Amino acid sequence: MSTDADAAVAKLDEVRVETHRTTPDEFAATIESVADEPAVGVELADLPVSLADTPVAVDPTPAALKAASTGVTRASLCVADYGTLVLPDDDRGSELVSLFVDHHVAVVRESDVVADMETAFERFDADLREEMTTGESHTSRILATGPSATADMGELVIGAHGPERVTAVVLED
Amino acid sequence: MAKRDEYERLIRTEGATIRENTQGFNEGRYDSVAKLDDYEELKDQARAIKEDAIERLPALVEELRESVAENGGHLYVAEDAADANEYIREVVAEREAERVVKSKSMTTEEIEVNEALEDDGVDVVETDLGEWVIQLADESPSHIVGPAIHKSRAEIADLLNERFDPDPPLETAEELTGFAREHLGELIESAEVGMTGANFVAADSGTMALVTSEGNARKTVAATDTHIAVAGVEKVVPSVEDLSAFVELIGRSGTGQDITAYISLLTPPVDSPVVDFEDDDTPLSEQGDERDFHLVLIDNGRLAMREDDQLRETLYCIRCGACSNSCANFQSVGGHGFGGETYSGGIGTGWEAGVEGLDTAAEFNDFCTGCTRCAPACPVKIDIPWINTVVRDRINRGADRERFDPLVDGLTPDAEGEPSAGGAAETDGRPPLDKRFFGNFETVAKLGSATAPVSNWLADLGPNRWLMERALGIDRRRDLPEFRRETFREWTADRGSTKTVDAAESEGRRVVVYPDLYTNHVQVDRGKATVRVLEALGCEVVIPAVRASGRAPFSQGMLATATDHAEDVVAGLEPYVASGYDVVVVEPSDLAMIDREYEKLLGGDHEALETVAEGSYEAMEYVYGLLEQAGADPTSLVDAPAGHAGVVYHSHCQQRTLGLEGHTTAVLERLGYDVTTTDVECCGMAGSFGYKADYYDVSMDVGAQLREQLDAEENRDRVPVASGTSCLEQIDALLARRPAHPIELLDPEPN
Repeated sequence: MSTDADAAVAKLDEVRVETHRTTPDEFAATIESVADEPAVGVELADLPVSLADTPVAVDPTPAALKAASTGVTRASLCVADYGTLVLPDDDRGSELVSLFVDHHVAVVRESDVVADMETAFERFDADLREEMTTGESHTSRILATGPSATADMGELVIGAHGPERVTAVVLED
Repeated sequence: MAKRDEYERLIRTEGATIRENTQGFNEGRYDSVAKLDDYEELKDQARAIKEDAIERLPALVEELRESVAENGGHLYVAEDAADANEYIREVVAEREAERVVKSKSMTTEEIEVNEALEDDGVDVVETDLGEWVIQLADESPSHIVGPAIHKSRAEIADLLNERFDPDPPLETAEELTGFAREHLGELIESAEVGMTGANFVAADSGTMALVTSEGNARKTVAATDTHIAVAGVEKVVPSVEDLSAFVELIGRSGTGQDITAYISLLTPPVDSPVVDFEDDDTPLSEQGDERDFHLVLIDNGRLAMREDDQLRETLYCIRCGACSNSCANFQSVGGHGFGGETYSGGIGTGWEAGVEGLDTAAEFNDFCTGCTRCAPACPVKIDIPWINTVVRDRINRGADRERFDPLVDGLTPDAEGEPSAGGAAETDGRPPLDKRFFGNFETVAKLGSATAPVSNWLADLGPNRWLMERALGIDRRRDLPEFRRETFREWTADRGSTKTVDAAESEGRRVVVYPDLYTNHVQVDRGKATVRVLEALGCEVVIPAVRASGRAPFSQGMLATATDHAEDVVAGLEPYVASGYDVVVVEPSDLAMIDREYEKLLGGDHEALETVAEGSYEAMEYVYGLLEQAGADPTSLVDAPAGHAGVVYHSHCQQRTLGLEGHTTAVLERLGYDVTTTDVECCGMAGSFGYKADYYDVSMDVGAQLREQLDAEENRDRVPVASGTSCLEQIDALLARRPAHPIELLDPEPN
C-alpha cells in the first residue's frame, strides 16, 4: 500500500468520506455492501472491474436516476493532501449520477492517488492538452471534497444540494 | 444624526449573528493557514499570477475569446451593466426560457441582472441557499461570501414558514436545508438557463473554476442546456495550471476551510447529457447533447481601474471575504453598514470607488481605521488599508473618477485654511473640518500641552463638549486625552543624559527614542519608562526634536500632509541611524508608519527611508533584542513581584501585522510575569475612530469584545497591559482597572 494512499484514506475520513479498500476480485462484493438500493451507475471504463456483476443499474434513465439512492462513478484521481476526489464530467452522465443522488460512491484506482493539488493540476492540464489535440476540448472535472454542505441556514448542515454521503472505494492495482 | 442611528440599529439587529459567523470564519482561517508550510509562498505565487494577468489583460481576453470559440461557446465583453444585461436578456429570450436558475455571483448583483430579467417576465431563482434567503427577504447581501450571515436560523425559519406555510413548520437548520433542497431542486430541474459566476477563467483553454460547497452550481450547469457565466473581466488568468495556488488559498482565506466541498473546473459547454428528468425511457448516454455557453465578462469601470496606479491592486481581489472577516468593525455592523451598492468590507472601498464612484465609496470608507489586520489575511497580498486611505484622500479632495490626480507625486497640499462647515459631503477640495482637526492633531497637542491643565478643563466642560460634537463630530461620551504640561521632550531636556556610550564600545548602544506625538504629550510616563529601561540596559539615549510621524493626517486621508511629515521624520532620523544609533519607537502605530506606510508616501527606492526603517524598533522588541541577542544584563530591571497575579497583554493591531507581538510576551515572561494574551483583532478605538460621534457605538461594541476577554475569569485579576495609545485609552474606558504600557512594568524608577 503506497504512502499516498494511506494519507488519502486518513484525509478522506477527516472530510467525512467513508473509505473501503478492495481488490478486483472483491470489488463486486464491496460495491454491493456499500451501495444502498436503488443504485445506479456509470460503467467504469479502463478499470479491470465492472458494475455488471453488481446490483447497480448502469446507464439509467433520468427518471431512474431521480429515484435512486446511490450513484456509482469513477474518480479519475484522489488528492491525498485534501481528501479530494476528482470527478470527470463526460457524455455518459457521470456528473449527473454523482450529483443527483443522496449517496455518491466514487471508485478510484490506488495508482490514481496523487500527493498534492499541484500534481492534480498537472494531470488535469495534461488531460486537457491531450483531449484538445484529439478534438475533444471539453475536459471538465469536479474537485469534490466530502459531501455537500451549507452553513447558510444558521448552522452547518451536511447534505445541501449535492449528496449528503460520499464513499470512496479504493481499488488496488 | 442618521448614520449613527443606522449603525446602532445594525449592531442591535444584525451584529450578533454577523459577529458569530465572521469570527467563526476568521478562526477557521487562522487554523487552516497554519497547516500550510508554504502559506507565504502560495500568497506570493497567487499575487504574481494576478499581477501578470492584469498587466496582460487585453491580450489574455483575446486569447480567451479564441479558446471559448474553439470550444463552441461565445465570449462577450460588456462595457457596463446595461450592456451586459442587454446581452443576457437576448440569450434568455432566444432560448425562450421561462426560468433562469442562478448560483451565487456578486458580479450579477453588481449589474442587477435579476431585475433586468424579471422585467422581461423571466422567473429568476437564486439557488445558493444564502442568496435564496436574501431573495425571499428582498434584502441585499451582508457579506460577499455569506450573503445571509446577518440572519439567524430562527429568522430564516420565520421567513420560510411565512412564505411557504409548510406543515409542520420548519425549525432546525436540517429541516430548513431539506425544504430548500426539495423546493429548489424541482425549480432547477425544469429550468432552461443556468447562470453562474466564475471565480477564475483560464485564457489558454477557456476553463473556468467555480468554488462552491452546496452543489447548486454543479446542478445549475448540469440540469440546464444554456449556461451563462458572468464574471468581471479581471477574473482571467493565463492558464489552467495557475488555478492550483488559488484553489489552495481561497477556501482557507474565506470561510476557513482547507478546501470547499466542490471546485468545478469546467471547460464549457460541458459534455454532460442534457436530460429531461421525467424521461423514463431513454438512458443517459442517449439523451441530447446540445448545449450553449455564453461567457459574459464585465468591464464596468475595471479597465479604468487597471490604468489607475492605486486602484489597480483591487483587481487582484479573488473575493474571498478575508478582509471582512478579519475586520473588527465589519464584525460589528456587517456589509449593510461597512459596504456600498454591492461590495463590502475592506476591499469594498476599492471596488465601489472603481465601479460606482467616489460618492458610493464615501458612504462607508471611514469604517476602515487602517488597523491593517486584513493585510496579512489577504491571499493576494493587497494593501487594503492603503486603498482605503487613497480613496479617503480622493474623497477629501472631491476628485471624481475622471480626474484622478497622480496620487503621491505632485500632490497639492491638503489645504488647511479657514474651516467651512464640516461634513464629508462638503469637499471643495479640502478635507472636512473633523478630518482636518484630527489630521492636524500635532498642532492640537502642542497647544493642549502648552496650556494644560486649563486646556483639559476647558475641553471637559459640558458646553464645550456639545460644541465639539456639533463642529468636530467628537462624541460627548468619550473621555478626551489628557495633555501633560511637561512633555516627554521637555522632561528629557531638563533631565540630561545619564549615560554616554562611546560608539566604539561594543557593550553599549546608542539609541534614539523617537518622541512620538502621544508619548510626547499624553502618555509621557511610558516614554520616561522607556528611557530608564534602556539606560538600565546600558544604552545611551537621546531624544531629538523630530516631529510627529504623520499617522494622524494619514488616517484622515490627508496624504499630502502625511507625506510632509514623512519627509521630515526621515530627514530627522536618518543622520542618527547613519552614525550608528538605533531608533526606538514606543507607539506601534508610528513604527508602522515608518516600517510600512512611508514607502507608499515617499516611493520605493528611497535610501534614507530604508536606512531609517531598518534601524527602527518597537520599544519591547528592542528590549527583547538587548536581552536575548545582545546579552544585556537584566538585573537592574524590575522583576515580577512575588505573588503577582500576572498580566493580560493586548497587543496593538498594527504591531501584530508587523509580527512584533511575541517580543513583549517573551520579555515579560523572562522577568517572571505570567502572561496571557487577547486575540481580538482591534481594540475598537483605532486612533480618532472611537472619538467620532458617528462611530462611537461601533467602537464600544468592538471594545466590548476586548472587555469580555480582559474580564474573563482567567484574566480578571491580571494587570491589563497594552502597547498602543488608542488601546490604552480604550481599555481605560472599558475597565475599572487601569492599564499600563508593558515597558512601565520594567521601569527601575516607576512613576
